[in-house]
Amino acid sequence: MAAEGDAGGMTGYIKHHLEHLTVSVGDSPFMTLNIDSIFFKLLLAVLFLFFFIRVARRATAGVPGKLQCAIEMMVEAIDGIVKDTFPAKTKFIAPLALTIFALVFLMNFMDMVPVDLLPAAAHAAGIPYLRVVPTADLSTTVGMALCVFVLIQYYAIKHKGVGKFIGEFFTAPFHAHGVIGKIILAPANLLLRLIEEMVRPLSLSLRLFGNMYAGELIFILIACMTLGAGLASGITWVMAPLQWFAGFLWTVFHILVITLQAFIFMTLTIVYLSMAVQEH
Amino acid sequence: MSITVTLIVQGLAFLAVAWLVMRFGWPEIMAAIEARQKQIADGLAAADKGQKELGEATSRAEAIVREARERAKLVEDQAARRANEAIEAAKRSAQAEGARIVIAAREEVATETGRAREQLRKDFGTMVVSGASRLLEREVDAKAHNQLIDKLADEIARG
Repeated sequence: MAAEGDAGGMTGYIKHHLEHLTVSVGDSPFMTLNIDSIFFKLLLAVLFLFFFIRVARRATAGVPGKLQCAIEMMVEAIDGIVKDTFPAKTKFIAPLALTIFALVFLMNFMDMVPVDLLPAAAHAAGIPYLRVVPTADLSTTVGMALCVFVLIQYYAIKHKGVGKFIGEFFTAPFHAHGVIGKIILAPANLLLRLIEEMVRPLSLSLRLFGNMYAGELIFILIACMTLGAGLASGITWVMAPLQWFAGFLWTVFHILVITLQAFIFMTLTIVYLSMAVQEH
Repeated sequence: MSITVTLIVQGLAFLAVAWLVMRFGWPEIMAAIEARQKQIADGLAAADKGQKELGEATSRAEAIVREARERAKLVEDQAARRANEAIEAAKRSAQAEGARIVIAAREEVATETGRAREQLRKDFGTMVVSGASRLLEREVDAKAHNQLIDKLADEIARG
């Protein structure tokens, strides 16, 4: 477990683990691409799409295979949730929800891979830094949350029209009856509405990122239990079983967390989109 | 751990995946699910229909069997009655025939008896006349004594 405890002991080890593999595409610090996040997300997306589309192409109305059964279960469950929640007819929301669940779950699942395995392999191949959990990268979660944000606005405008969409910024959540009352309440409504709209992508992205980042950090800390230990030291023989047990416990617990977070992201997206098309 | 331009790539990749799912996977899987649901619903409906038809056929068959049994019983009763009637008729005709035969036999016996008696009387009369004539040694005048002889013969016949 102590593959790269070379510089600075435990602090160095942790810092090294939290460093992205980056490529700079501009002058500012913002203009850097986290190659590792992008690579793993695309890899998982391709994996998911490969299985999903393969099953879909071979889908039979007769006796289904086991993989088809599994995918059908997910598709039907998500279709049910969307039909129950989303008030209008839609072709895109359910596939979007499935994509969110599957992608977020798969990206979260990269946390289950032993924390040093892929970085050590990359190190051996000459890649200095590697973070394998794309959802523990704020850029990934913000990127997805911003997409959801844009979709919320798109669906709101599509279902209400531009006039009503803008009007609602000033007339909800506080409803007034007279013209004067409406004018008085307009600033408060606008402020609340803006906060509401801003908070949604923020909470979506930060919730997922925070959970996954903390989870990864705890895996790293568990890995630190035997950092730099040699077989000659007696402490190693005490700490190694403890480390194994702690890692086991956290992995089991984390299975729940990664599934739950994927589900929450999906459900909240459906709920936000449903709220966007409803009249206030 | 800062937000970088990566987010644009990640967001676009996410939307692309969602679009691909919607375009190339979702409709096929939903179609398969819906087709199977329809198949199952049709199968259940057909099973229900078959069950109902089976029930109807069973009750129809029972009705037919019951009717056949009733008819068979009717035929059996009729046959028994006819047989009894035939036996009765045969008995009656046999009795009548027997009575007739007995009557005829009795008549014949009476006729024969009468005839035999007549003959016997005649013979006896003749014997008496011949016996008397022999006893008297002379010819008895049959005409003269006929009345006497007949009377005698009658007495003998009456016994």
